[in-house]
Amino acid sequence: MKRRVPLIIVFCVSLFMVIQYFVPLDSLERVYRSFLDYTIIIGVFALLLGIWSLCRVNYDKIKRKSENWQYAIITLTGFFIMTIAGFLSGWGRTDNYLYQHLFSYVLVPIQATMFSLLAFFIASAAFRAFRARSLLATLLLISGLVIMIRFVPLGFLSEPISDLAGWILRVPNMAAKRAIIIGVGLGAVATAFKIMLGIERAYLGRD
Amino acid sequence: MHETIQDSATVTLLWTTLGALLTVATFSFLYRDNPIYKVAEHLVVGVGAGYFLVLLVYTTLKPKLFDALAEGHLWYIIPGVLGVLMWLRFSRKLSWISRYSIAFYIGTSGVSIPLYMYNNVNRQVSSTLDLGMGFGSLTEVWGILIVLGTLAGLVYFFFSKAHKGAFGGFAKFGILVLMIGFGASFGYTVMARISLFVQRIAELEDWGAMLIAYFFS
Repeated sequence: MKRRVPLIIVFCVSLFMVIQYFVPLDSLERVYRSFLDYTIIIGVFALLLGIWSLCRVNYDKIKRKSENWQYAIITLTGFFIMTIAGFLSGWGRTDNYLYQHLFSYVLVPIQATMFSLLAFFIASAAFRAFRARSLLATLLLISGLVIMIRFVPLGFLSEPISDLAGWILRVPNMAAKRAIIIGVGLGAVATAFKIMLGIERAYLGRD
Repeated sequence: MHETIQDSATVTLLWTTLGALLTVATFSFLYRDNPIYKVAEHLVVGVGAGYFLVLLVYTTLKPKLFDALAEGHLWYIIPGVLGVLMWLRFSRKLSWISRYSIAFYIGTSGVSIPLYMYNNVNRQVSSTLDLGMGFGSLTEVWGILIVLGTLAGLVYFFFSKAHKGAFGGFAKFGILVLMIGFGASFGYTVMARISLFVQRIAELEDWGAMLIAYFFS
């Protein structure tokens, strides 16, 4: 009951999902669409579980006054203000003034800045790779550098660099990406079969 | 009328100032991890969670579950129940029931078997073998190079046979091709992040101009 039933559910649902792909029947298509909706709904409940967990962890931090507990107050305050603002305009409407402005003037600036910080860390990583002085690191850096400077006006060098960048993108890069995509595809299919047949059971957790 | 515009400009300036200060607070991490950065970091986690909670409820739960049930599609109670069962993970005695929901969720990934096989394998292989899809005047030559590079890349990821002899040499060619590909992705990522950085600096510049215009014009 605890382990066998979930394994049976996985097998039956997986088998249905495979069969419906090859059998063009309207009734199967309808069930398939419903199953996709079901998955999305269950996924949302799982995400809500994550949000609940976030609140609980931060609440516990404040309650126990553990290290840096003051920051947990900021997290919870931000969360509750945003949530209340989102539900204030009425059911199904997100045009609340506070909700929109917190998104534009708090969420977007911090997230965009955090991502832009990566430019500095990536530059430092490139420098360390350059110091490694291996053929592979050099190839990676030359390829990266050509892609980066291809739009920079460099006089008579601009055209050959642009041509070289085009060649890199459409020949070796294409080959590399295809190898990765095909590899990922084969890996995903193998993993899906392992899950379907009950060989991979990590999702069940421990008893 | 004048006062309304003045109020609006003040409020806009206050919001923009908040955004600018949070940008500076986040940039302060470049110096080192500090309390100002931590405030911005924790704020974005909380506000982000709240934002996505509202978005998930309105864009997914409302149309797909509540509206469907209100329209009489009662079988939609099944995912609702399965979703609620997920919450039993918090119970020590009943947490095993949540496996039913997870099992259904995992089971639907069975569709990835035909989909991945078609999109990631069949279509990529057929495009790779189309030698006319190369580049420039030496189309066929580059087409053959793409075929060899793709094969070599796959050989590099094949660990069931030792990378020795001709097989090992081909795998080495594969890693060279992969490194050029990673370099291209690296270049693109750096450019994207620098664009974001330039955009953040431009926002700060706009904020400075707004402050000057507000106080001195």
